[in-house]
Amino acid sequence: MVTIHHYMVLSAVLFFIGVFGVLFRRNLIVIFMSIELMLNAVNLSFVTFARYTQSMDGHVVAFFIMALAAAEAAIGLAILVMIFRNRATVQADDLSLMRD
Amino acid sequence: MDRYLWLIPFSPLAGAVLNGILAIAFSRSERKASERLVSFIGCLAPFVSFLTAVGLFLHLRGLPESERVVTQTIFPWLVSGDLHVDFALMIDTLSMVMVLVVAGVGTVIHFYSIGYMAKDRGFARYFAYLNLFMFSMLVLVTAKSIPVLFIGWEGVGLCSYLLIGFWFEDIKNAAAGKKAFIVNRIGDFAFLIGIFVVFLATTRIGHPTLDFIDLRHLVSAHPEAFAGTATVAGILFFIGATGKSAQIPLYVWLPDAMAGPTPVSALIHAATMVTAGVYMVARFSYLYLESPTAMAIVATVGAVTALFAATIGLCQKDIKKVLAYSTVSQLGYMFAAVGVGAYAAGIFHLMTHAFFKACLFLGAGSVIHAMGGEQDMFKMGALGKVMKRTSWTFLIASLTIAGVPPLAAFFSKDEILWSVFSSGVGPEWLPGLVWAILFVGAGVTAFYVFRAVFLTFYGKRRYTDEAAHHLHESPPIMTVPLIILAAGSVVAGFVGVPAVLGGSNVFHHYLQPAIGPVAVPGGELGSHMSGLAAHGEGHASSTSRTAELILMTLSVAIGVAGIALAHRFYIRKTALPGELVRQFKGLYHLIYNKYFVDEAYERTIVRPGYAVSDKVFFGVIDARVIDGVVNGVGVFARVVGSTVRLFQTGVVRTYALFFLLGLIYLIYKLVG
Repeated sequence: MVTIHHYMVLSAVLFFIGVFGVLFRRNLIVIFMSIELMLNAVNLSFVTFARYTQSMDGHVVAFFIMALAAAEAAIGLAILVMIFRNRATVQADDLSLMRD
Repeated sequence: MDRYLWLIPFSPLAGAVLNGILAIAFSRSERKASERLVSFIGCLAPFVSFLTAVGLFLHLRGLPESERVVTQTIFPWLVSGDLHVDFALMIDTLSMVMVLVVAGVGTVIHFYSIGYMAKDRGFARYFAYLNLFMFSMLVLVTAKSIPVLFIGWEGVGLCSYLLIGFWFEDIKNAAAGKKAFIVNRIGDFAFLIGIFVVFLATTRIGHPTLDFIDLRHLVSAHPEAFAGTATVAGILFFIGATGKSAQIPLYVWLPDAMAGPTPVSALIHAATMVTAGVYMVARFSYLYLESPTAMAIVATVGAVTALFAATIGLCQKDIKKVLAYSTVSQLGYMFAAVGVGAYAAGIFHLMTHAFFKACLFLGAGSVIHAMGGEQDMFKMGALGKVMKRTSWTFLIASLTIAGVPPLAAFFSKDEILWSVFSSGVGPEWLPGLVWAILFVGAGVTAFYVFRAVFLTFYGKRRYTDEAAHHLHESPPIMTVPLIILAAGSVVAGFVGVPAVLGGSNVFHHYLQPAIGPVAVPGGELGSHMSGLAAHGEGHASSTSRTAELILMTLSVAIGVAGIALAHRFYIRKTALPGELVRQFKGLYHLIYNKYFVDEAYERTIVRPGYAVSDKVFFGVIDARVIDGVVNGVGVFARVVGSTVRLFQTGVVRTYALFFLLGLIYLIYKLVG
């Protein structure tokens, strides 16, 4: 029997995979994908709770997050393309202008 | 006519602004502002003041004696609590005399300057400063309240500084300007405190004011309330006057001030600015009359300065220095007069002095101009043959200062001597002593002035052939002012012929409404007023008539004796001075070095001042305290910054880590 706990654990695991991806990967595209992963992990827990409580609220929020993620992806990818054109790299460590 | 009062000071201000603009506009360029334009503006401005003053003089004459006051408020100035001060001007008979002297002599000297300063690079700047001086001086003498007078007082000090250091490329001139300014500041500080004292006293009796007219009524109505204040304020004001009018102990700046152009010495350091102190004491006559102590101090300091400076004048070689010490000495006479309550006599001498001393200075300027900048009288001699007009006018002015009748200073100086002798100021022996000092001073004055005359214009020729080549009489633009001033020193005395010589002392009566306390309805005049009124008012008794005539004869005699002695020393037996110097070596050394007063000030005030400034104010307060605070703030910011900047790695992932840690902490706080 798959209970709410299984969903919660899966959501947490996915979220932390995303967190570690953001913290420890250097490639901006991978970091980007990790962020998407975190968003979807949260989506999963919203939908789970929505089913569990028989309420539509969680579903609504999930849709909001999807729309937001789409917008964020569009802008984020655009920034990435511009960085690559200017610097010919997408490695986060190479982009330390503010520090110097 | 009284509507145009503002023109008197503000016309020169307009001139100063216009010439200042010209000076600045041409300061960067190779070309100079047109001398014609500059001198037109520069001379027109004070001339307009003079014409306005003459108009006002006629206007005042048409008024009854006790109502001869014209006032005009330009704008409301200071309003703070109980204090209301308008920027207001006032002309009473005392101001009238001063304005006529300042604007009249000032205009003449402006014209002279056109010739003297011709081809100078700073021509426009010179006239801008000179006009600014006229503005300040005229504000000073037409001020209706003490703060407005103080503006003029400070303004003339500033212009004096600017003009002494006019040729500032030479560090010595700049230093002389600085010295004048700093020494004046010492006096000004006392003056300022005096103003506070007066304001405090008026506040205490419930009528705070700094207005001259109000103050005069107030002091006349409540003389007892001002008894203590009069002494304190009177002494403080007089300290201010010793700075501005070069009296002991603050006279040291005036001889150095001769570094400025000669017309400046004539206008500022002889005829007008230095007499501001005398005017100020006369302006506060009602206050001084309440304090016999302050009066005695003024009279004593004046008399001592008169003789002291005259003796220094005996041994100077520089013609301008002789005249400078002579000015200090003559100012001493004026203070002695106002100190014994003979205000009219002091102002009378101020007026005649303005003529003859300006004439002497301009004559000296004419000589210096002709000699190509040489000021040492021992390198001149026999100039009278070449410079006829200069030497004649100089001679007339010299006869005047020596007190030869019937020239101007004969009347004014004798009125002073008689007023002092017959006054009742201080302890019983004081008037006699002051008179004796002034009497000896008169002889010394005649001697040193004629020493200058003989050394410069007569005797053997001592200048070089090269100097002879350039030697010339000055152009008419310079000699005509000399003639005007010489004529002034001949006739100016006739306005004050004393009763004993069959005159009616018009001058004395003219000034009367502006001097002393006002008559208070139902009250008595100030207690000392009765003593004052005795002067000049026909000395009825025949004994005093005889005494006055004897004194008059004596002082003419000592003047003539001085002239004769100078003639003997410097024309007939020219070896005599040298022998005397050898015989009295120590004394000569002392006087030649001006009694070592400058050196004494250097040791006792200047150097300790430097030492304290260097060790305490710079070494401790500036270097440790102030720099410590400033540097401390800097160090603090740097330490905090260098710590915080460790977190600003510029690596996005590090920020994300902190973000996560912060988030975890928040969740922990929310849940736990």
